[in-house]
Amino acid sequence: MEIVGSRRKNSSFSSADDAAVVSTIPLYRSAPELEVRLDDFELYAIHRLRVLKGISDGLSRGKKPNEMENLTKELWKVNMRNSEASEVANKDIISHYVLRLVYCREEELRKWFLSMETTLFRYRFQLETTDAQRALLKEFDLPYKAVSNAEYESVKEKLNQVVRSIGQPLSSADTIYYKVPFEQVPDLVATRRVFIFKGYAYVAMNQVVSLLMTQYRSHLSKALVLTNRKWTSMILEQEKDRLTPIVEALSTSYLGPDYSQPREYGEISLKDIDQVAKSSFPLCMRHLFEKLREDHHLKHGGRMQLGLFLKGVGLKLDDALAFWKAEFSRKVGAERFDKEYAYGIRHNYGKEGKRTDYTPYSCQKIISSTPGVGDHHGCPYRHFSEENLRAALDKMGVGNRAVQDVMDKVRNRHYQLACTLTFEAIHGASCDAGINHPNQYYNDSKNILESRVRATRMVDTLMYAEV
Amino acid sequence: MVREEVGEIGRDDMLIDGVETEQKPNNEVPDGFNVNYLKIYYGKFFPYADMHKWMSYGNDGKHPGCDQSYFGRREFSFTLDNDIYLRFQSFNNVPELENAIKEKCPFKIDIGPVYSVDPAKRHAYAQSGDNVFTPVERELIFDIDISDYDDVRFCCSGADVCPECWPLMTVTIKVIDTALRDDFGFNHILWVYSGRRGVHCWVCDGKARRMTNEQRAAITEYLHVHKGNENSLKKVTLVGQSLHPFLGRSYTEVLKDFFEEKFISSQNLFSDEERYEKILEMIPDESITSELRGKWQDNKRVRDDINVVRWSHVKHLLQSSKHKGQGIRKCVEEIVFTFTYPRLDLEVSKHMNHLLKAPFCIHPKTGRVCVPIDPKHCEEFDPSGVPTLSKLLEELNMGALGTGGEDELDNTSLGESIRYFRTSFLQPLLKSCKEEIESSYTAKIQQSKNSLNW
Ligand code: SF4
Ligand SMILES: [Zn+2]
Repeated sequence: MEIVGSRRKNSSFSSADDAAVVSTIPLYRSAPELEVRLDDFELYAIHRLRVLKGISDGLSRGKKPNEMENLTKELWKVNMRNSEASEVANKDIISHYVLRLVYCREEELRKWFLSMETTLFRYRFQLETTDAQRALLKEFDLPYKAVSNAEYESVKEKLNQVVRSIGQPLSSADTIYYKVPFEQVPDLVATRRVFIFKGYAYVAMNQVVSLLMTQYRSHLSKALVLTNRKWTSMILEQEKDRLTPIVEALSTSYLGPDYSQPREYGEISLKDIDQVAKSSFPLCMRHLFEKLREDHHLKHGGRMQLGLFLKGVGLKLDDALAFWKAEFSRKVGAERFDKEYAYGIRHNYGKEGKRTDYTPYSCQKIISSTPGVGDHHGCPYRHFSEENLRAALDKMGVGNRAVQDVMDKVRNRHYQLACTLTFEAIHGASCDAGINHPNQYYNDSKNILESRVRATRMVDTLMYAEV
Repeated sequence: MVREEVGEIGRDDMLIDGVETEQKPNNEVPDGFNVNYLKIYYGKFFPYADMHKWMSYGNDGKHPGCDQSYFGRREFSFTLDNDIYLRFQSFNNVPELENAIKEKCPFKIDIGPVYSVDPAKRHAYAQSGDNVFTPVERELIFDIDISDYDDVRFCCSGADVCPECWPLMTVTIKVIDTALRDDFGFNHILWVYSGRRGVHCWVCDGKARRMTNEQRAAITEYLHVHKGNENSLKKVTLVGQSLHPFLGRSYTEVLKDFFEEKFISSQNLFSDEERYEKILEMIPDESITSELRGKWQDNKRVRDDINVVRWSHVKHLLQSSKHKGQGIRKCVEEIVFTFTYPRLDLEVSKHMNHLLKAPFCIHPKTGRVCVPIDPKHCEEFDPSGVPTLSKLLEELNMGALGTGGEDELDNTSLGESIRYFRTSFLQPLLKSCKEEIESSYTAKIQQSKNSLNW
């Protein structure tokens, strides 16, 4: 195979003493024979999980491929480095295999893991040097040959037509193409990024990653099914004192972006909370918040949903205790609060109980909850009657037209879209990524409001300057 | 759904029985559709054996590589007279299929996927846990409905079709059929008239039947260009410096000529302001649109077809505006695509478990048989010339039916459709199925031999 130029600088993934033609991406074809300390077992997995969650977050925010590439690079650098160079590769492999155990056990988990790992692979591959990419390509041992010169000449015109149609610069004559069954590169077919003739797609060297992704994914998919079998038939029991609890704990972590650490808007203080609730809480949280103020009480489901949300918003533990206590003590007295309820709040912040770091609930989780009598948690778009929902939207200041649109979505059971429309109506700004998480709603809202504050300040300054 | 059309049953019965007794002078059967006609159709006309052969894909043979359970794992579903919908019907052989259809007399027969287990027994398997009930094979299917073109046809709307708008379906067949064969390399493709307002397509190659949902979606997206924006008429946006070879070919070989030579005139796309405004809306350049409006304002009489003349104005201005950049020049193509490019029902094609009406059903509203359409001669296909239930019964009354055997229907108006189905679709299909079964069997034997050698 002819190697054409080097399109990229050295990969940032490569460790220092990396030989030029060796890829640093393992294909995870066989389980590692490595001694792993139990601590590392868990730690490595958490680190990799952060990478995967970061990727999933990026995707759900609609980041473009080049942004995803940078994001992946950054995530990998931050989470997967190790002081010892030799450990870097081990950590990569171990963490991957631990997460296989964690994510093999349910269809939904498998799907998520599969798609995040494949995406991770994709961007890692793209960050490799051309030489390393070739080496990896060889390792895959694909049964496809590069298109011969004679054949290339015969289809050259069409190939160039495709290149122009996707707005890329014309390739030089020595670009290598692989001819593969179109079924192997569905993403390239769907977006018409390849020339297809008689069932074969002509895949250019710089598109080869699609092909590898298909292979990578199908291999991993099969492996996960096997791992699952092994898990239920052996590991679960054998490791019930050692690995099993760790794996179980890991698997309960929520799959979307991580909102447990308030990142974007550092903190929220108690004196602002009512104001902020009005301006930036999604309806589900606003409702809980108002009910709490009104009844000085919330049942367990409501405390969890709102409590974790507030944690994600940046309410510190001490403030949270004060906040809940102020309300609850009016109903049950301070003493009973300290005895019965304080524990739960500390627990949410990971100060009590074991290892579990409670993350704020995602929309999906809230929507699929089943609030009973006296409960106020859940998603209003799903759990309110039409009448109540209308009233609530009205109170939020959603205009008539927008209410109609929202109700339309609700009728079609698109609750998150309904929430997105509400967001847009209230903020007068679009929310392209859609609402997937109450904390995302909050962050996006804050984003818009802060930038407006900045803008009005600018205007003020300018106006004063003019006077 | 169709009950109101059932009527006058008693009298017609006698007429039909008349076949065996004496010929009545008047063999006419009143137009329409009813249960009793349908019963006779299922009794005398419906090609059970051919359907079974098709759906068996060679597995009904004697070869040791044949999978005898294959046909029995296919889902059929029946829509009965009173809108009762029976899903997950399955049959092991021709007599079972035939008896069930004759007995239930479904107004509509749908065909679903081949499942991992017999769909009729899916509950039993569900309990055993191991054998999950899941679709394993399914033809790649397309469903095109002319009511999806209502914003670009002015002759009819909804379920109606006429000779002015039916050619949109012809264009669809040409574009999709060519892509399926030339691009994707499929060979065994059956086009069927849906009985009223559209066409169905069945891609039956083994490769197509075994595709995953993801692969189906990829083909569907490849073939799909319209973006559903209800707020603007311009539903197609073409990006890049040139068209993808598939779109380019569709444009030059089919769409352009059809649009310019037929469609703009037959639909009078430029004849009045309301219509041409719709097209001007698609041009994102004020100076061009106002120039065109100015030109057309005086409404002066021209000798040539006004539609053709005005379209040439549009083309001239758009294509000569060199300084305007890509976006403007591509507008010509975008307009043509918006009006004529196939509009597919995407969901039907993307998932294995969608059902599609079987060929040779009778459409209850029109009484027309869902006959195959030969893509090579699709221009000649005329929906109003399709055999109807009443026509077939007339022919039956006149003794057109043969005396059993293969060519029984030869002299009826269904004869040609059946001949086409057998010789152009079924025979080549079964030949390649047989080859496939043999070669995969040999491969399997070879493999097990090799593993023994180890
Ligand atoms: S969609 Fe999500 S954020 Fe919006 S109300 Fe429902 S659960 Fe809350
Ligand atoms: Zn018409």
